[in-house]
Amino acid sequence: MATLVDRPPEAVPAPGAAPVTATRVVRVRRTPRDGGAARWDRVEVPVSSSRMTVLDALTWIRSRVDPTLDVRHSCFHASCGTCGLRVDGRDVLACVTRLDDLREGEVSVEPLRNQPVVSDLVVDLEALYEALEPMAVPLVRSSTLVAGGRPAEGVPALGRFEDCIECGLCISACPIEATDAAYEGPAVLGAAWRVIDEPRGTDPASALAIVDGDQGAWRCHLAFECSEACPSEAEPGEHILHLRRGLLRRRVAAILRRRGTHEGSGR
Amino acid sequence: MMNERRGVAGWFDPRGRRLGGLAFIVNRLSGLGVLVYLYLHLLILTQLARGPVAWDAFVAFAGSPVVLAFDVLLLAGLLVHGLNGVRLALLGFGVVTGRGTALFVALMTGAVLIAAVGALRLFEVA
Repeated sequence: MATLVDRPPEAVPAPGAAPVTATRVVRVRRTPRDGGAARWDRVEVPVSSSRMTVLDALTWIRSRVDPTLDVRHSCFHASCGTCGLRVDGRDVLACVTRLDDLREGEVSVEPLRNQPVVSDLVVDLEALYEALEPMAVPLVRSSTLVAGGRPAEGVPALGRFEDCIECGLCISACPIEATDAAYEGPAVLGAAWRVIDEPRGTDPASALAIVDGDQGAWRCHLAFECSEACPSEAEPGEHILHLRRGLLRRRVAAILRRRGTHEGSGR
Repeated sequence: MMNERRGVAGWFDPRGRRLGGLAFIVNRLSGLGVLVYLYLHLLILTQLARGPVAWDAFVAFAGSPVVLAFDVLLLAGLLVHGLNGVRLALLGFGVVTGRGTALFVALMTGAVLIAAVGALRLFEVA
């Protein structure tokens, strides 16, 4: 599950660079793959640059101290969503979280919450991917950043909808997810809203049916921790509110239709 | 695989929470407080069944500063829970969007002010 990188960690000074003078103590939550007792490891990591990130520190630990540390990552620039972790109690992407931006003292690093831990800092995101599938999230992004792009038929203006990188940070931050594994969760509900808002030829009725249950949009308790944690500003919390508004409209319309039918048949 | 789902502890853990998360914790705690008071209230009312002597003794005890302080806490809990509930209803039904934080600050300021006035009045009357 863990991947070694070819890129040298930031902590290792380049040839001819100034020697490393500062260090940070990184406390890493270790969970053995075999299901043994979890523990905290404390490692002193040399800080070579103000741009050094938590992921740089972890890859340094892996390459210089303990190659058995499991940490997942890929792109190093907040696009792949694989290096989600809890750093000092906050859900973040390790690749864009600089050590310098954290409070003084030890840095604590834990796996994301509310998802099964495979080992050490790696969680199993399979449940999220499976739950996203029925939403049929369109892969094509309609973006204002595309020069000369034209909106599709029925879409009034271009806008960025495909910001979700499926990192699972919102699931970790959500307090409802702490108690309820059946809850659809912010990532899935946010995806449902994108499908409904921009169907691209698909039928949004199936997505609405999924999110209209007691474990769907109505289960959210509006803490908005998901939107705060989201590294790509997909704003799942706000999307859940849009969903609720859409669902309410649908219900009111159904009631009015029924009333109209009754009045019509009473004449 | 180990599950990192923390159960009810996950509701109340304030570490790393922003204002929305703290409002969630406050709402849960104040709700539980009000629920405990409801049962306490029913228990106190059973004093009526024990006759006027028992009830008069309780009324005399109810005027003590400790009980009055408890009343102020109750008033604050009711205000916080009720006003935050109004905020959640406005947000949850899409009446207000994107102003959750401002609404929380405004309503909680109102709750504190009303609780302060209530506290002054309670101790004044006593």
